[in-house]
Amino acid sequence: MKRLFVILFMLNINISYVQSLEADIFVQSTVNRASDILSKNISKDEKISGLKEIAKETVDIKGVGYYSLGSFRKNLDNNQKKKYLTLFESYFLKSFSSRLSEYTNPKIDVVGKKILNNNYTIVNSLLVATSERPEIKIDWRIYTKNPENPLIRDLIIEGLSLARTQKEEFTSILNSNNKDVNVLFKTLEEFSKN
Amino acid sequence: MFRKLAIIIVTSILLSFSANAGSDGQLSLKENSSKNITETKDCFEKLNRATFAFNQGLDKAVIKPIAESYRKLPDPIQSGTSNAVKNLSNLITIPNNVLQGDVKTAIINTGRFVLNTTVGLLGTIDVANKMGFPKYEKEDYGQTLGAWGFGPGCYIVLPILGPSTIRDTAGSFTNVMGGDPFYNASIHGNNEFLSEGLFITTKALNGIDFRANNIESFDNLEKNSLDFYASVKSLYLQDRENKIKNNKRGNIDVIYSDEEDWEEINN
Repeated sequence: MKRLFVILFMLNINISYVQSLEADIFVQSTVNRASDILSKNISKDEKISGLKEIAKETVDIKGVGYYSLGSFRKNLDNNQKKKYLTLFESYFLKSFSSRLSEYTNPKIDVVGKKILNNNYTIVNSLLVATSERPEIKIDWRIYTKNPENPLIRDLIIEGLSLARTQKEEFTSILNSNNKDVNVLFKTLEEFSKN
Repeated sequence: MFRKLAIIIVTSILLSFSANAGSDGQLSLKENSSKNITETKDCFEKLNRATFAFNQGLDKAVIKPIAESYRKLPDPIQSGTSNAVKNLSNLITIPNNVLQGDVKTAIINTGRFVLNTTVGLLGTIDVANKMGFPKYEKEDYGQTLGAWGFGPGCYIVLPILGPSTIRDTAGSFTNVMGGDPFYNASIHGNNEFLSEGLFITTKALNGIDFRANNIESFDNLEKNSLDFYASVKSLYLQDRENKIKNNKRGNIDVIYSDEEDWEEINN
């Protein structure tokens, strides 16, 4: 009985270890992939296209989209949800890849992690300083509900959450337009087109 | 005398705004708890957006071009200027360290200031950093009011100076009401080395240095924002929240501030 308990205990530790390790490796491998694309001698459009592919695989775009809507998400019917998620994905991929494509050869080192609960692990990393900019601290909120397929839900740069900023931006647009979700849809559509 | 009176009147008005804002629970003394994060109200949004648009115009026409020219100066001049204005900010940081009960840091920052001002040639060389002093963290009177439990009050955008809150603006006024020794010595001191012009120049250089260090970040943010005003407001308020709580990387206060909303979204 005691032996069984020890085995189960060790197994549990091992499983936890694998989970937390996966979040670290997942982030490091994602940033390495992005870094490879950014340091390649290819056109900006090709870089953006490569970054979009990485984002599709590694970011929980649907989750970030719902989070960005805040409490407004509860007011949407199924058709609106479907339309919103399509528009949000186009907006997010364009915004995300455009932000990153400005960097050339960024080096990001994963330096630590903290498991918040079964669903979330925070991975700490550093964007290494260059002669043009100082070192930047980046924390990643990794959604680990499915340990085999961890996904990024937020980037916290020097303590500033990008998801929270986006959510407050969407809330501002809705509040300035009588909470009309169609105005937000139109704004997202125009951003993706331009 | 008249100017001082005007400053006192304006500050009093701002503080009375703060008192009114307090009626909705924003500015009353509150428990220092991460679960007690309140949304900062944008009470003057139309005026704020107009001021923001004015500031953007001013930035594009004057401030950004100056910042771009500043970036073309040789590195030693840029870093020397940056170090010197940062060194002067110790004079506001030190009293605020004391007011927040952090006497140890006040002593360290006093040592840093003395060392950099003397050996570091009026602060142009950060000798203390090279000697391994702890990383310098600026403090101001707005942060102290926050640390004492005062909420931010309403969000406001000041002409030229940019985003702020009622609390932070009131804190800034403390500088010109005796809280900034450099201001006191420059404006009221009887000496041949310091003057009002020098004080204004250091403040302008501080702004230009900040702008020059953030040209790409601001351009990128503006280009990728659906509502640039809302993005700047969000980032400013998050930054102040972190500074008041002295939050560092991965701090649980930041991570958990929106936890319930995230937990609802489980695909």
